[in-house]
Amino acid sequence: MIDKQINSSKKAVSEIFDGATVMVGGFGEAGSPIELIHALIDQGARNLTVVSNNTGSGHVGLAALIENKQVKKMICSFPRTANSMVFPELYRNRDIELELVPQGTLAERIRAGGAGIPAFFTPTSVNTPLAEGKESRIINGTENVLEYAIKADYSLVKCHKADRYGNLIYHKTARNFGPIMCTAANVSIVQTKQIVEIGELNPEEIVTPGIFVKKVVEITNPAHESELVAKQMKYPC
Amino acid sequence: MLDATQIGWSREEMAQKVAIDIPDGSYVNLGIGIPELVADFVPEDREVIYQTENGLLGMGKAPSKEEEDRELVNAGKKCISAISGASYFHHADSFAMIRGGHIDICVLGAMQISKNGDLANWSTGAKDAIPAVGGAMDLVAGVKRIFVITKHITKKGVPKIINDCTFPLTGKNVVERIYTNLAIIDIKEDGLFIKELAPNVKFDFVQKHTEVTLFQYENNKNLL
Repeated sequence: MIDKQINSSKKAVSEIFDGATVMVGGFGEAGSPIELIHALIDQGARNLTVVSNNTGSGHVGLAALIENKQVKKMICSFPRTANSMVFPELYRNRDIELELVPQGTLAERIRAGGAGIPAFFTPTSVNTPLAEGKESRIINGTENVLEYAIKADYSLVKCHKADRYGNLIYHKTARNFGPIMCTAANVSIVQTKQIVEIGELNPEEIVTPGIFVKKVVEITNPAHESELVAKQMKYPC
Repeated sequence: MLDATQIGWSREEMAQKVAIDIPDGSYVNLGIGIPELVADFVPEDREVIYQTENGLLGMGKAPSKEEEDRELVNAGKKCISAISGASYFHHADSFAMIRGGHIDICVLGAMQISKNGDLANWSTGAKDAIPAVGGAMDLVAGVKRIFVITKHITKKGVPKIINDCTFPLTGKNVVERIYTNLAIIDIKEDGLFIKELAPNVKFDFVQKHTEVTLFQYENNKNLL
């Protein structure tokens, strides 16, 4: 029998090891798996390389993971957002590494990682500082840079509904990086607002087929990052 | 003396000028800031579909406070709505639309634009700055037409339209047209041409605040 349900965030993230590469879904707070991130803070794995579009806000979620000095390196496209103080300060003090990647290149590197494509050429970033030191090639008259796939040991993703096979559907623009991060991680760990019976999700509408998912945790009422930030909450409390 | 940061078109009027140039049936991506205003001014007889790169085709107006959903946001992370007929998708599909040439027009803000249409809009290159690029480089690499909407000069009065960008580039030779508070300027292979001047703004005044030599289209009576 296949049953990917795990009954707590704590158990779901327990195996994440020091030095792991962890993809974290979300675009700002939309789709950010805040309960899984907080469980990872409690768990304490260090020296992580985190792949995520942003670096979190306030002192909760991804920002709190960074503030707790568990992250050695961030791979992201937009490391400063409104209410983002933690990363900028560590970065200025050279206490954290940054690999800045154009957003579409980041998405495609993750997609490639999940699809077994080791690298690809793209015109994005040609003639900019982000292309410096990268192999380039002219293809059909256009210059391109070589970008390598990103794979992860773990991905932490938030979705709307899941079943015990790990089939997922998402909510609105909270989908963002979730589906591709599930494909690119050795172990993808998903928090869902609801676990439904097998067969309830319409096969025509499933976004992430269960083969890409290893663990599913039901978090019925996930916190909203912006609300926690507005209350000036800190994690751990 | 006239202050070039204050005269000419307002932000809304600039956005309106862009909106008029977006053909019916276009798929459009709007950058963060002034470009977002463009959606408010599209003529009612046109159907334009807005893409937001965080995964929505068919972005609608800002919702009322009660209808806000923190999981329905635009690229600037502001709450938005989805039109009837909208679709959601993941980031790799979103950038397939962008990089794959499926988006007709992108409207972006700018720090600097060069005479060749090079765009710098993500970093001043300052040492203590936190670099952040987002989707701008993908947009200029893949979208068919790039429009820029910006104040003609910086707050300190420095021209933004210059011979060569001094800030790190977002893309080379990518901008087709610039909408500023003073004028609409086309970037052509043989130079920068003023398409339209804002009311009460003279050609010489625009030239004075532009490092690049400007040209007038022949037969453009608006400029005389």
